[in-house]
Amino acid sequence: MLHLTQWLVVPASTFADDIDFVFGLIFWMVGFWYVLSNVAFFYLLFKYRAQPGKKALYVTGTEHDLLKWVEWPHYAIIVCDIVIIAAAVKVWYEVKQDLPPADAEVTVVAQQWAWSFVHPGADNKIGTSDDIKTVDELHLEVDKLVHWRLQARDVLHSFSVPAFRIKQDAIPGRDIMGWFEPNRVGTYDIQCAEICGIGHGIMGARVIVHTPEEYAAWVASSSQH
Amino acid sequence: MSHPEHAHADHGHAAHGDHHHEMSFSEKYLFPTDHKYIAKQYMLTGMIMAVAAGFFAYAFRMQLAFPGMSVPFFGVVSPTEYNSLVTQHGSIMVFWVAMPVLIAAFGNFLIPLMIGADDMVFPRLNRLSYQLFLLSAILVVVGWFVPGGGFGGAWTSYPPLSAKAEYSLTPAGSSIWLAAVAVEFAAFLLGGINFVVTAMNARAPGMKWHDVPIVVWFICIASILFMASVGPLIAGAIMLLFDQQLGTHFFDPVAGGDPILWQHLFWFFGHPEVYVVLLPAIGICAEIIPVFARKKLFGYRAILYTGIATGVLSFFVWAHHQFVAGIDPRMANVFTITTVLISIPIAEMVFLYIATLYGGSIKFSVPMLWALSFIFCFLIGGVTGIFLGASGADIYLHDTYFVVAHFHYTFYPIAIIGTFAGVTHWFPKLFGRYMDEKLGQIHFWGTVLSFNLIFIPLFFTGLAGDHRRIYNYNNFAELGTPDLQWLRILATVALVIMLIFQVLFVYNFINSIFKGKLAPTNPWKATTLEWTTPSAQPGHGNWTPETMPSVYRGPYEYSAPGRDDDFHPQNVP
Repeated sequence: MLHLTQWLVVPASTFADDIDFVFGLIFWMVGFWYVLSNVAFFYLLFKYRAQPGKKALYVTGTEHDLLKWVEWPHYAIIVCDIVIIAAAVKVWYEVKQDLPPADAEVTVVAQQWAWSFVHPGADNKIGTSDDIKTVDELHLEVDKLVHWRLQARDVLHSFSVPAFRIKQDAIPGRDIMGWFEPNRVGTYDIQCAEICGIGHGIMGARVIVHTPEEYAAWVASSSQH
Repeated sequence: MSHPEHAHADHGHAAHGDHHHEMSFSEKYLFPTDHKYIAKQYMLTGMIMAVAAGFFAYAFRMQLAFPGMSVPFFGVVSPTEYNSLVTQHGSIMVFWVAMPVLIAAFGNFLIPLMIGADDMVFPRLNRLSYQLFLLSAILVVVGWFVPGGGFGGAWTSYPPLSAKAEYSLTPAGSSIWLAAVAVEFAAFLLGGINFVVTAMNARAPGMKWHDVPIVVWFICIASILFMASVGPLIAGAIMLLFDQQLGTHFFDPVAGGDPILWQHLFWFFGHPEVYVVLLPAIGICAEIIPVFARKKLFGYRAILYTGIATGVLSFFVWAHHQFVAGIDPRMANVFTITTVLISIPIAEMVFLYIATLYGGSIKFSVPMLWALSFIFCFLIGGVTGIFLGASGADIYLHDTYFVVAHFHYTFYPIAIIGTFAGVTHWFPKLFGRYMDEKLGQIHFWGTVLSFNLIFIPLFFTGLAGDHRRIYNYNNFAELGTPDLQWLRILATVALVIMLIFQVLFVYNFINSIFKGKLAPTNPWKATTLEWTTPSAQPGHGNWTPETMPSVYRGPYEYSAPGRDDDFHPQNVP
C-alpha cells in the first residue's frame, strides 16, 4: 500500500516522528473520505447515466431519508476534524511553543545568500572567545538538545532542515528561538525556504550531526586556529 | 428594433432609454456599456493573459526539468528571470486570469441575464471598471520590459525583499507590478459594487431571494468578500509603494517598521481571495450539473448557506499562511482550528453536488464533463489542504511543492476547469452557435489527464523536500537525485502536452464563433432566464417589453412530476 510518509526525508530529530505521525493520521483520515466520496461519485455517474426512456427523479434535497446520506458522513467528518486539530495542536505545542532545557545553543544567521553559524566551542557558551564560526556548515552533537537563535541580516529567509522537520522564517531585526534534538548521525540539507532574491536557489547549507567523539574532535580542531 | 416605453419600469436596467438600437463598432467593441460586450472584453483579455502566464510556466518548468538548457522560444533561464517568471505566472493567473474571467466576465454576462434585467444598474461604471482593468493589464505587461526586468519577489511580494531595490534588483519592475495590482483592485471594486446592487435591485418580478440561481448568489457573495477584504491590501500596497519610491519605512525593520505587518495585510485579503474565485467557479458547476443530470439541485438552500458560511469563515483563517513566519506560535492554534473547520461547509457543499447526481439522467456533454472534473479535482485540492491547515504537519510542508500542488488542485479547477465549463455551457448564448462537441471532448480529456500528470508528481517532490522558487534543485544534495528529477521531468512533459491541447480549444472557440452550428434560444433545455433571450443578442438590452420575463418558481425545476417535458422554466406560469 502506498504510504506518503515513505517519500519524506529520512527523519533525524526527536520530534520528526511526531510530525510524521500527524501527517500519516491526516493521510489515512482524509484518504478514507476521499476514496469514499469518489466511490459514491463514480457509482452515481454510472448508475444514473442517461438511458432511453428513463426519466430522472424529482427530489428537492429536503427528504429526510435521502438527506441522512449527506448528514451522517458530515457529522463523522466533524469528528475527524476534531481528532486532526487535537493531534496537530499537540505536536505544534511541543515543537514550536515549548522550549525544553537545552544542552547547547547555536546562533544561525541568514543573509543574501549564505548561512553563518556560531557554535559555542569548548566552554559550551555562546558569546565567549572560543566560539566557533562557520559558513554554510552547522555542526551538532547527536542526542543533544540544541536551542537555536535565528537572525536575518537583510530580507526574510527561512531556516529549513527537512530531516529535522523544522522550519522557521528569519526576520531582520528579530531573534527567534527554537529547538531540536538530532538523533541520527549523518549529514543533512539546510534550505532557505523563503524567496530571498536572485541567489535564493543556491542558498543551501549542510548540517553535520556528529557522534560525541567526532564532535569533541571537531571542536578541538576548530578551536586551534 | 424600436419599442415603446418599457413594461417593467422598476427593472433597473441601463440608465439610458434607447435600447436595442444598432450599435456602432466602437460602441459595441471598444467602449461598450452593454454588459454582454463588457463580459466578452473581460473574457478575451483574461484569455490573452492566460496565454502569457502559460508560456511563463512552460519556460520555468523547462528550466526545472532540464536545468541550464536553452528553452525553445525563450533561451537560457537565469536565476533572475526564473524568479520573475514564477512571480508573474502566479500573479497573472490569480489577478489577470481568474479574477477577470470568473468574476468579471461571468458576473457581467450572467447576472443581468439570469435575474431578468436588461443591463447592470451602473453601465458606465461597468465600462470604467473594464477600462481600469485594461490599464492594469497593460501596466503589468509593461513591467516585464523595464530595465532590471519584471518583479521577481513572488506574488506575495514580502518586504523587505520587495521594498528595496538593492535587495530585489528590480527597481522599476517591483513598483510597476505593485501599481498594476492596486489599479486592478480598484477596477474590481467598481465591478463588485455593480454586481451586488444589480442583483439586489434589478430582479425580474416574482424572483424571490430563493429563486436566484446559485451562480448569481455566489458571484455576489464573492464580490462582497472581495470588497470587504481588499481595503487593507490596497492600503498595504500604497504603503509598500511609498516604501519603494519615497523612502518611508512602514515595513522596514531597520527603522522600526514591521515586515510581518505586510503579511497580515496581504493574507487578510489573500485567503478570502481564494474563495472570491472559488465561489463563481463552483457556482458555474451548480448551474451545469442540474441541466445535464436533468435533476433539481439537491438542497438549494443548504448549498447557498454553505457558500455563505465558507465566505464568512474565510476571513478567520489567513494566518495559516504564516504559521512559521514568526507570528506568536500560540496564534497558530487558533488558526488551525478555524482552517480545519472550513472543511465542514465545503465538504457539505461537495456532498450535495454529488447527491444531485442521485436519480439523475446524466448526459456527458462537454460542459458536464468539465463540471464533473471540477468536483473530482477540487476534492484532491480540498483534502490536501487539511495537511497544510494542520499546524503540526505544516511545519514540514510549508513552502514546499506540496503546497504548490495543493493550491494548483484548487486554482486549476477554479481558473481553468471552471472557465472551460462556463464557456462551453454558455457559448450558445454568448455567440449564438454551438462549439464542436467532438473537439470539445478531445480537448477535455487531453487537458484534464495531463493536468493531473503535472501536479500529482509535484505532491511527491514536495514531500521529498523540494522547496518553492528554486531554479535548480541540483544545488541541494538531498534534492538532486535522479528519482526526483524524473518526477520533475514528468510534470514538465505533461505541462507541455497540456499546453498543446489548448490549441484545440483556441481553434474550436474561434472557428465556432464564425462557423459553428447555429444554436436555438434554449439549446440545453434549461430552466433559467438567460435561456429565454435570443441567442447572440444583437444590441443593447436583453428582452423586449413583451418578452420581459416574470418569475414563478426556483431555478432548477427539472423532471418535475406531472409535466410532459422534463424542465419547467422559471418564467413559464
